[in-house]
Amino acid sequence: MQHDTAAPPAARHHHAPPRGFWRTHVFSVDHKVIGRQYLDLALVAVCTGMVLSWLMRLHLAWPDLPIPGLAKLSPNGAAGGVITPEYYLSLMTMHGTIMVFFVLTTAPFAGFGNYFLPIQVGAEDMAFPRINMLSFWVTLLAFLVLIASFFVADGPALSGWTAYAPLSAVGKDAGPGQGLGQTLWAVSIAIFCIAQLLGSLNFITTTLDLRTKGMSLARLPYSTWAWFITSVIGLVAFAVLLPACILLILDRVAGTSFFVPAGLVISDRLQPHAGGSPLLWQHLFWFFGHPEVYIAILPGFGIVSHILPVFARKPLLGPRAVIGSMIAIAFLSYTVWGHHMFLSGMNPFSAMLFSVPTLIITIPATIVTLLWIGTVYGAKLRFTTPALFCLGFISVFVSGGLSGFFLAQPSTDIYLHGTYFVVAHFHFVMGVAAMFGIFAATYFWFPKMFGRMMDERLGKWHFWLTFIGVYCVFMPMHYLGLAGNVRRYAAFTDDYLKPLIPVHRFITVAALFTGAAQLVFLYNLVRSRFRGAPAPANPWEATTLEWSTPSSPPPFDNFGGRPPAVAHGPDEYGVPGPTGDYVMQAAPAAGAGAVAGAGAD
Amino acid sequence: MRTRYLWLLGVGALAGSAPSGRPAAPPAAPGGTISGKVTYTGTPPKMKPIDMAKEPACAQAHAGAPVLTENAVTGPGNALKWVVVYVSAGDQPAPPPAEPVRYDQKGCQYIPHVAAMQVNQPLDIYNDDPSSHNIHPLARVNPEWNKSQPKGAPPIHTKWEKPEFIPVKCNIHPWMHGWFVVLATPHYAVTGDDGAFTLAGLPPGKYTVTAWHEQFGTQSQEVTISDNETKTVNFTLKATPY
Amino acid sequence: MGKFFAVVLTVITAVSTAIFAARVWWLPADISAHGAGIDRQLQETMLAAGVLFVLAQLGLAVFAWRSGSARGAPRTFPGGATPLVVLAIALVGAEILALTFVGSKVWAAVYERPAAPDALKIDVEAEQFAFYFRYPGPDGAFGAIHPERMSDATENFFGLDPAHDPAARDDIVVPTLTIPVNRPVALTLRAKDVGHAFYVPALRIQQDFVPGLAIPLHFTATETGKYEIVCTQLCGLGHYNMRAYVEVVPQEQFDRWLKEQATQQ
Repeated sequence: MQHDTAAPPAARHHHAPPRGFWRTHVFSVDHKVIGRQYLDLALVAVCTGMVLSWLMRLHLAWPDLPIPGLAKLSPNGAAGGVITPEYYLSLMTMHGTIMVFFVLTTAPFAGFGNYFLPIQVGAEDMAFPRINMLSFWVTLLAFLVLIASFFVADGPALSGWTAYAPLSAVGKDAGPGQGLGQTLWAVSIAIFCIAQLLGSLNFITTTLDLRTKGMSLARLPYSTWAWFITSVIGLVAFAVLLPACILLILDRVAGTSFFVPAGLVISDRLQPHAGGSPLLWQHLFWFFGHPEVYIAILPGFGIVSHILPVFARKPLLGPRAVIGSMIAIAFLSYTVWGHHMFLSGMNPFSAMLFSVPTLIITIPATIVTLLWIGTVYGAKLRFTTPALFCLGFISVFVSGGLSGFFLAQPSTDIYLHGTYFVVAHFHFVMGVAAMFGIFAATYFWFPKMFGRMMDERLGKWHFWLTFIGVYCVFMPMHYLGLAGNVRRYAAFTDDYLKPLIPVHRFITVAALFTGAAQLVFLYNLVRSRFRGAPAPANPWEATTLEWSTPSSPPPFDNFGGRPPAVAHGPDEYGVPGPTGDYVMQAAPAAGAGAVAGAGAD
Repeated sequence: MRTRYLWLLGVGALAGSAPSGRPAAPPAAPGGTISGKVTYTGTPPKMKPIDMAKEPACAQAHAGAPVLTENAVTGPGNALKWVVVYVSAGDQPAPPPAEPVRYDQKGCQYIPHVAAMQVNQPLDIYNDDPSSHNIHPLARVNPEWNKSQPKGAPPIHTKWEKPEFIPVKCNIHPWMHGWFVVLATPHYAVTGDDGAFTLAGLPPGKYTVTAWHEQFGTQSQEVTISDNETKTVNFTLKATPY
Repeated sequence: MGKFFAVVLTVITAVSTAIFAARVWWLPADISAHGAGIDRQLQETMLAAGVLFVLAQLGLAVFAWRSGSARGAPRTFPGGATPLVVLAIALVGAEILALTFVGSKVWAAVYERPAAPDALKIDVEAEQFAFYFRYPGPDGAFGAIHPERMSDATENFFGLDPAHDPAARDDIVVPTLTIPVNRPVALTLRAKDVGHAFYVPALRIQQDFVPGLAIPLHFTATETGKYEIVCTQLCGLGHYNMRAYVEVVPQEQFDRWLKEQATQQ
């Protein structure tokens, strides 16, 4: 373990510049290239996941509607373009799986984290650059295996991203989508786990060992803290999901019975399994699954904590409380998994054991939220697009977090479990808040990554259309849940659900509208890459080390061979500095003279 | 005007029946016939009314007269319905007829309960209901498949390549149950309410005739047919209440 | 821009809250003996969450509004982080204590207490994609369940063996749950193939079926009527269509119905 005041260990981590097209742009060990590759993968994934959600919403609103072209993609699942019930469930399963794993775990963590964590700690690269490259390609392999399941004869898996056994474990007898499609799902996720474990190792080691001179833990940017904490959570969580997936695959192909009890009769066939427990899968899955949702949101916490001070021109309120809360959330996240299982058939006496820590987790989440709001107090906020997305993040996180109160209590969960109330809750915190974190990060760091500015006007249009749109899509789902509208239904044929179909149609229209608004973002992204205004070195007047690199994008070794020495904290805003109301982290210590540290201003 | 049309029709009918230069229809197959009745002894189980409450459109379709289960349907004189009587040995395989067998999902029932057909004969499956069905033939010898047909979906066109007794269920409505009986022989019949069957057009020879019932099992008898002979063969299957 | 953000956020907050408060879409009327506790817990949580929602969103809106026109150096929140941290711990902590203390009793009443000894015992078998219910018949005993004998075609949903098991001969198996009003009912939930769940919104009751387990669930219905039982655990393609009806009838009508069913077995 490197001590704070030792010679910069980054110097010992020197690697030569890449040569040749393939080594520079494709099989690169440069964390910046790898980060962008992850972000590109997440972009493809989010477009896929969003199209899947449009298909789902169209079907729910108008079940008999033939969708042009769909019959070609899946002659069995959508003959004549009309989505069958099994195909709806497959679309839903793939939507959830792609979004949770390949968007929310990939973009804010593997994508931006890979790009900026080494720079923010002042290192030349990650601790293990080749393992880093490997983890991207393994993630890509996982994605390709998952997408391949769209094209198998029996259809993609349809047991949801949660893949409960025995439905997911018994194989083809359980119905369409439970043949090769489900096996490919389990294989894909197992491969993804391996990639994540490799990635976590890199993040943790780099944060602990490769910090530059003067970069104590107390001076780490909040985004780095968040990535570091997230990677620790990931190490334990994915280490449980990997064996769970392996056991599932064994049940499916090797005749084992980890998750399948005796005496099941499916499709008129007595199943050959005996001795397994469906609840075991749920325990294993949710032991991973709950920390996973914090893996999805904590980088957003870090990003908002990082970006908000930049545009508020004042430091984050209560930095130690914010970091301490993130650590508390990480720790508590392992104690709450049973709140997904109150009604699962597990011992009901354990319900309160899970409910109490689940409610307690709201305390650090509330602390963080109040401290962000308190940061906005008294600020003269620069209302740029990244700032707007930070404010939006706070708002949607409040909305999503509060619905958690209802689901954390077993007594109210009796009514709300399995309804659209749950769908509203997790979409607000994951599908919206975490996405807003990704948007904020994109608008904020784009100038540093590509040397060009994104268009501010388009950015603001994107923000307003999306902010209003997501509330129109997901707020009504709470009402549906209160009316008892069950989730994961391909159609609403029950007597008490038919009157709710107009609400579903409203949501579908809002979802299509909000989806269309993302085209503004995509257009802005692509256009700015090639025609955006050239970016100044530090367009936002921010202080952290990524804004001290000699160029945008940074050179292959980030600091041009001159690693910075850090003498300041990450958010010295609102204080007089050499070029304005801020002091860069890499600036010399106060009173140390005017000798510039490494890096242009 | 109408009389002239009728007169033309009459002329046309005469013309069609008169020998002409065009090739005549092939002569009817030489006609040995095996016919008879299938009855039961013992006590069959009571057929239970099916409550389709979970699918109101179908429940409504049978509001006055609930549908009964069909695994042991009996008729007057201890007749047994839905028995497939077919030649199981001694027959020459024949090319399948071009005419498709039609299978309907109507009122959340399979109609007919037992559909007999030849290997490779076209089978058309229709959904006549306002609700979705997912037909699942539980084949073990032939490839097993299932397919959803939402409301208004086109019919499924399929065929079976190997002889097999295939139970058919609906993945969405558990009470729907039927059979595809795929046979190599062109000589088969399915009994109706009267338990009667006729196997016609048999060339002379020695045959094994088998009667199959989904609940009460199979029974076979050997029959020898000479030219144009009609033989009566009856089957009595043993019924049990459970 | 700050003012615009504040206005939009305020409108969103106001409209959302109004729809909740007006109960435009709400729970159906409670017809269960234990449901009042759940409804009270829900309303208490709704109130607490609603207050926090309004305060947090409006607080953000107000600060954003003011931020647009702020002058001079940025000001730190009065007292710094400490009041907010203390507020979070105290406010949320107190609310958690209150909700847990009351809520645990509500939960215990349903899930941690056994059914009344004189409760009407009914077996439930869930399968892809229907529920079937079994009453023990005049002998008061349930026949044994044999998975290998289960057959949808002969409507033997519980895998009974009446030929060899006398207790099974008079078991009454029906697809609609008929129960008498104001009488405790004790269900035993079994699943034949994959996971399912039993949910009746009006009865404020929900429970997963787990293959391999026989899970008890008890309640008392306090109003007559016909309600839907729907499946809430993803079980395959027919999940959306998996439902049955529960008919709550007066006791005499139930007795008549049960006697009539017994003669049909």
